[in-house]
Amino acid sequence: MATHKLVIAGFGGQGVMLMGQMIAYAGMLEGKEVTWMPSYGPEMRGGTANCSVIVSDKKISSPIIVEATAVAAMNLPSLIKFEKILKPGGQLFMNTSLIKELPTRNDLEIYQIEANEIAVALRNDKVSNMVILGAIINKTGIVKQESIEKVMEKLFSGNKAKLLPLNKQALTAWEA
Amino acid sequence: MSEKVLMKGNEAFAEAAIRSGCRYYFGYPITPQNEIPEYMSRELPKVGGSFVQAESELAAISMAYGGAVAGGRVFVSSSSPGIALMQEGFSFLCSTEIPLVILNVSRGGPGVGGIQPGQADYYQATRGGGNGDYHLIVFAPSSIQEAVDMMEMAFRVAEEYRNPVMILADGLIGQMMEPVVLPNPIPDAVREGILKAKPWALTGTKEGRPHNVVKSLYLKPEELENRIMEMDLKYQKAKEQLVRYETNRLEEAEVVLVAYGSTARIAEEAMELLAEEGIQAGLIRPISLWPFPYEAFDKIPEKVKAVISVELSRGQMMDDVKIGSKGRFPVGLSSRVGGILITPPEIAADVKKVLGVER
Amino acid sequence: MKPVFEYTRGMLPEETTYCPGCTHGIAHRLIMEALDEKGLLGETIGVAPIGCSILAHHYMNIDMCESTHGRAPAIATGIRRVHPDKIVFTYQGDGDLASIGTGEIVHAAHRGERITSFFINNAIYGMTGGQMAPTSLLGQKTTTSMDGRMQELSGKPLRMAELIATIDGAVFVERVSLDSPGNVRKAKKAIRKAIEVQEKKLGFGFVEILSSCATNWGVTPVKALEWMRENMIPYYPLGNLKSPEEVK
Repeated sequence: MATHKLVIAGFGGQGVMLMGQMIAYAGMLEGKEVTWMPSYGPEMRGGTANCSVIVSDKKISSPIIVEATAVAAMNLPSLIKFEKILKPGGQLFMNTSLIKELPTRNDLEIYQIEANEIAVALRNDKVSNMVILGAIINKTGIVKQESIEKVMEKLFSGNKAKLLPLNKQALTAWEA
Repeated sequence: MSEKVLMKGNEAFAEAAIRSGCRYYFGYPITPQNEIPEYMSRELPKVGGSFVQAESELAAISMAYGGAVAGGRVFVSSSSPGIALMQEGFSFLCSTEIPLVILNVSRGGPGVGGIQPGQADYYQATRGGGNGDYHLIVFAPSSIQEAVDMMEMAFRVAEEYRNPVMILADGLIGQMMEPVVLPNPIPDAVREGILKAKPWALTGTKEGRPHNVVKSLYLKPEELENRIMEMDLKYQKAKEQLVRYETNRLEEAEVVLVAYGSTARIAEEAMELLAEEGIQAGLIRPISLWPFPYEAFDKIPEKVKAVISVELSRGQMMDDVKIGSKGRFPVGLSSRVGGILITPPEIAADVKKVLGVER
Repeated sequence: MKPVFEYTRGMLPEETTYCPGCTHGIAHRLIMEALDEKGLLGETIGVAPIGCSILAHHYMNIDMCESTHGRAPAIATGIRRVHPDKIVFTYQGDGDLASIGTGEIVHAAHRGERITSFFINNAIYGMTGGQMAPTSLLGQKTTTSMDGRMQELSGKPLRMAELIATIDGAVFVERVSLDSPGNVRKAKKAIRKAIEVQEKKLGFGFVEILSSCATNWGVTPVKALEWMRENMIPYYPLGNLKSPEEVK
């Protein structure tokens, strides 16, 4: 597919912005056109946060996503808000550790990920976002796994280097 | 050239200002441009520059005047309500002919308004909120790359014209990230020459030359009139030399969209949607908002049925679109306000409404 | 033969536009003499205010700029960043510094800017024609307090030197008066010290200079000086409020 339009949404503090930035960064490393656009506002931690990422083979005019090819919902308010912007047959990634409800639409490709439980099994519940990120790249093909790993290597360097193996592990921890 | 990096607009603007030789920044926190004072506070001291967090935007623009009157290459940034507070300084800087680059990462108004992107500062930027016969020179980038590329030009224009230049961005390109190639830093020798090229700057006389005076007060009407006419000559020259715009698919167009800044990107996508339905839309993208590219409108073919101003404000730029259209075409408006970004389908729908096309 | 009086090189050979009996001329001269004596005229940048002394640059033979109303300390802050080693001062009246510019003066002091602010307090708006200032005295008749300043309406006069002295960044604060030859000499001393504070990079300096405005007070120049002694000095006590060890 030429253009991926992905919305990632959740609570502030869940790493939603970082996930989007990592995909944009990886896309750039692959020589693709990318844009990343955050929601911003007075809600810092615990409020709602989302970002829009577009990765494309051609020039991106508008960074706004009107019709998404994929949505990752990290909590229930995000699911309610963003399931409707998915195109028919679009891919929906749900963190079912936090979302017990189902989407109202039945024309979507749904991936249910118990991200928190998977993260806890890796002995670090902070990497639940990387579990979802892994699922996204695995199922959408928006960027390659090795590109994300390259981004991780830049991100987790110096005194953060010890976090690298765990994060890489989280990336492939979910199996459909 | 440097390599491509993924950067948030605001940080890229700040870095581009530093690479353009700016060593002095004065600012006050306001959303959505806070990454700029944060970046400057961190990075300017590393290159021997100065950052001051001012007590208000009034103080920030006054400090900027102080830095610039002393010969420095100075940059300020703010967002709409903060820019409103700086208007006193803009008028004063124009009257004293002091160069400065101002970045406005604009948001919705009026009043406190909201913090989401807006373009309702069009009047404030192009008509001025300060007193008197003056103009800011205003450029509106539509991507981070374009903003970064125009930064050094903005400083040069400000210094050549001895007039403040505003870069009118908005919350969208301030907050978004896209890959950008940063300009190379200007050579030290060039940067060091900046002060020497300003014989009017206040540097202390060393008792070796008559004292320099930078003034704005002219009590004799004849003197003030002369002063204003001198400034006007400069503004007429700017109208001849600083007009910048882009056109897209104007020749085959049956309808022409006019949009600046990030809205122009959205309009481009609307053009594709319209093309899918067999409607040929062209685009005029003003890059200089003052001087406005009226001449671009002379290139619109006679067969065009309507010209539509697409803006995140209630027809502010439409005034200029009407002046440029000279009554040759009906002029319509497509807009969302309050911090809501207009979408390509909304623009397409507005176009069809103006054209009277059945949905 | 040693000359007993010379025209200071710090002042340009211009006739001032100040009214007869106005003490701006004296204040200008004291500052310029002090700079000249230290050999700093060529190393100084001044900022003139909005008010009668907006034209200070007509008379002071140094690099100077005008400022927006009340913003001189912010402007001086910007100048200071570009020229860390010059002498930078603001010259401001009471409308400029104690009314519209309170934010700028307080925060320049608060940041400990290495500048000097010379504050001309003549208890009235001069240039605009005699309106009440924050420093006008209780009962003082002005064009906006025709029956005299009333506390209930306008509060009591603002003592800027005392206010500035509470701020840690202000290291030198003194109030002087130009009502008599003796006090003029003391004023000169304070101005010299304030400049020394800047030379030694010690912090923010503030000299409040009680001045006369015979025209807008509606009295003769001589009566104006008496009025200062009888009314202003009792409310605005003279003396040093703060001084660093290095310049004592």
